[in-house]
Amino acid sequence: MTVNTGFLTVYWRDMLRFYRFKTLLISSLVQPALWMAFFGIAMSANFNRLTAVIPPIPGVPTVDYLTYMAAGVIAMTSLFTSLFGGIVLLFDKNWGLMREIFASPLPRNHIIFGIALSGMTKTFIQAVIIMVFAIIIGAQFFSGFTAGETILAIGGILIFVGTFSLGFLFLSAAISISLESPEGLQGIITLLTMPIFFASNALYPITAFPPFLQAISLVNPLTYLVTGIRYFAIGDNFQSIGVHYTATPATIAFSFLFLVGFAVLMFGIAWWRFKKATVT
Amino acid sequence: MNTEIIRVEDLIHRYGEFTAVDSISFSVEEGEIFSFLGPNGAGKSTAINVLITLLPIQKGTAMVAGYDVKTYSQKVRESIGIVFQEVTLDRDMTCREILEFHGRLYQMPSFERKRRIDELLSLVQLDAKQDTRTKQLSGGMKRRLEIARGLMTRPKVLFLDEPTIGLDPQTRKRIWDYIKAVNNEGTTIFLTTHYMDEADHLSDRISIIDHGRIITTGRSYELKNMLGEDLIYLETSDLQGTRAALAGMDQVREVREKSRGIIAMLTGDGTKMLPGIIESLTNHGIRVLTVNLKKPSMDDVFLHFTGKELREEGAEKPSAAVAKAGRR
Repeated sequence: MTVNTGFLTVYWRDMLRFYRFKTLLISSLVQPALWMAFFGIAMSANFNRLTAVIPPIPGVPTVDYLTYMAAGVIAMTSLFTSLFGGIVLLFDKNWGLMREIFASPLPRNHIIFGIALSGMTKTFIQAVIIMVFAIIIGAQFFSGFTAGETILAIGGILIFVGTFSLGFLFLSAAISISLESPEGLQGIITLLTMPIFFASNALYPITAFPPFLQAISLVNPLTYLVTGIRYFAIGDNFQSIGVHYTATPATIAFSFLFLVGFAVLMFGIAWWRFKKATVT
Repeated sequence: MNTEIIRVEDLIHRYGEFTAVDSISFSVEEGEIFSFLGPNGAGKSTAINVLITLLPIQKGTAMVAGYDVKTYSQKVRESIGIVFQEVTLDRDMTCREILEFHGRLYQMPSFERKRRIDELLSLVQLDAKQDTRTKQLSGGMKRRLEIARGLMTRPKVLFLDEPTIGLDPQTRKRIWDYIKAVNNEGTTIFLTTHYMDEADHLSDRISIIDHGRIITTGRSYELKNMLGEDLIYLETSDLQGTRAALAGMDQVREVREKSRGIIAMLTGDGTKMLPGIIESLTNHGIRVLTVNLKKPSMDDVFLHFTGKELREEGAEKPSAAVAKAGRR
């Protein structure tokens, strides 16, 4: 009895294509850096000016807006990359390539695993690049951390990013296998990203949100990812743009479990869609 | 010998209201080349998609390579190779990568994978193109690569859905040669085609299929012999009289009227019978203007059994359109 490693086949092919399309590869690496460079610097200049008049809370370390939002940009990039990660399935379906896979002995859930694994790899590459770039342009990540703590913190960020991206990759796979055209997917993704991105703590605190928006942000996986990233990159006690942030191991554990739960739920949906899918 | 590798009984497949496959039963023997011959939209691809487990089986039973398609679909998938009607190659992968991917899908060990890929690339004469991306291949090369892919896992049955559709005559000939070579090595071949010559040239047995039903099954020569030995085509001064006169002759099995002449199916060798027939018609006072004698072709067979010519594109379109619409 050998372990079926079919998902590695799907992973291998998707990474081969990722590497082969040089423009896609480069744009996917440059795009988040551009976000930091333009949006990040412009926004932080504004926010720093606006919040300069707010008196700091005594005894709590202050971080500037660039550092604050860098965590949000990592999260946002993970969201976009993951939501688009399943699109290859839709192309495969449209071009008839999925028939080869569906008619092979490969278990269907391995297609989901393989695509999720390659999507996660791409997300990791991007997250690391943004982190490096953010630090280059002045984000105060890991400040005061020892080398060991920094490595642990990066590990923590990647675990959060990975779990989060799995959830959205499963969702993306579920949508892709159910749809007929790439245009449809484009529309659905645009529809999803707006509320997920803006009803979260990625760019600003949620404390001042109206109640209904706050309710949305509290069931939004992106909020929990950002919470996790800030905890590992900045710390468990800091203030930024006049808001005091604290985190305990319990809140971080809850955030992580929320992301795990989301991923499990999305996998269930993807599996259901794949079982129902016929490709001819 | 004579073991059945595919057995289908009362298979029905519907897309909504439209019945694409209407209660077909047939069997394929191990080691033979078996063809479904029929126009586009006759239900050939639907039947194949059920056999290769891409479509769920709705009604009836189907066994492939000893496994029930319904309950042992995984085992069926492990036992078969498929060449689809449309090109299903990733445009941005190389020939070698296409085969590598396929071998990995079927969990072939890496040393065996490599050996098979080398072997197959040379079989289909694509060794020089192994690192070329498939978008740069010609239509014939793509087809050959797909056939190689279908053979990667040494399947018991190789399904070929319209293997030479849209290819030029020389390429078709070469692909036929590959198919025969593969068959000679022991692989059972199940193919669908709407080309008479393809079915005639390749198959051990043929099922003629139209409107989702199998109209008749047999060896190529058996099907032709059902029409009689030879066909004669006559144009005369009096078609009605000719028809009546021919119908009364022992040598004539069946008479059909065409727009300007008459086709008679003979019971024996036309070259020997024809002078007597003409003489007899002359005795009836009928003047023979044109005579044509020919051996029945698969076209004639198809025409005989379905009442229409396979090449009449216009006649096939409505049913093809319905099949497409039903699939949505």
